[in-house]
Amino acid sequence: MQFAFAIIAALTLVSGIAAMSLRNLVHCALCLAVTFAGLAAMYLQLHAQFISFAQVLVYIGAVAILVVFAILLTRSGEPVTHPVVHSSWIVGVIIALLVFGVLTKVILSSSISSAALHPLPPKDGPSVREIGNSLMIDYVLPLQVIGLLLTAATIGAVIIAMHEPKISQPPASTPRVNGAEVPHASGHSAELTHHP
Amino acid sequence: MIPLQNYLIFSAMLFSVGLAGALTRRNAILVLVGIELMLNAANLNFVAFWRFSSDPNAMAGLMFVLFSIAIAAAEAAVGLALIIAIYRHYKTTNLEKVNSLKG
Repeated sequence: MQFAFAIIAALTLVSGIAAMSLRNLVHCALCLAVTFAGLAAMYLQLHAQFISFAQVLVYIGAVAILVVFAILLTRSGEPVTHPVVHSSWIVGVIIALLVFGVLTKVILSSSISSAALHPLPPKDGPSVREIGNSLMIDYVLPLQVIGLLLTAATIGAVIIAMHEPKISQPPASTPRVNGAEVPHASGHSAELTHHP
Repeated sequence: MIPLQNYLIFSAMLFSVGLAGALTRRNAILVLVGIELMLNAANLNFVAFWRFSSDPNAMAGLMFVLFSIAIAAAEAAVGLALIIAIYRHYKTTNLEKVNSLKG
């Protein structure tokens, strides 16, 4: 159990670091999918089967593919010559390390790590029937709100990404005599000005 | 059985990786990916606390994760649509070149 946790954690962390640091964006998207799969495995280890499958469906099936589509549509997959990180990247790394240090210190000094939580007896996750009952009885209002949010977000995403219509430009001004175009007049006058 | 703090520390590591990526990368798509990693770390915390809770019938942790996944999906869709719109306008996704509002 401990061993499996170590393997999954190492795989997830390494692929997460790779997803954040590789140069080629397509490789980043693939490593992101591996990270999501590692997290799904960790949910399975925690006996949260439904969440794990939702993670596979939503993150690996939708979000990773959406990221690949965005890379494709913005032509970011082509090799780049300039550096891929900010010029002041060291500040960002220091901030992240500080956050990690504070979080670790808080976790290790809190009471949850000292004594309190003994290993629980094996508890099977709730069945799909229980989750459905809970969603339809206790959490029905949040479910409706989430449905509304998803609808609004999807419509908004389509409208934002829709091709904006080109503003019709006024026709180029051509010299007109009595409403009829005189195509040679301008060229002729230009010649005249060049060779007076 | 793995103690709870292992999950919490792993989640903190994943959060820091996502934070570092979101703060340092130049490409807007990868900034969004970093935010997704941070959201996933928070979801792992929810599931771990649910697993170690003493109430065997408590479902709030799982429900929180389900709703959080749905919100993250909506956020990814809108964010990537915004990035595509920005690319159409500026012809780049490099965040250092999208600086029209810079003071």
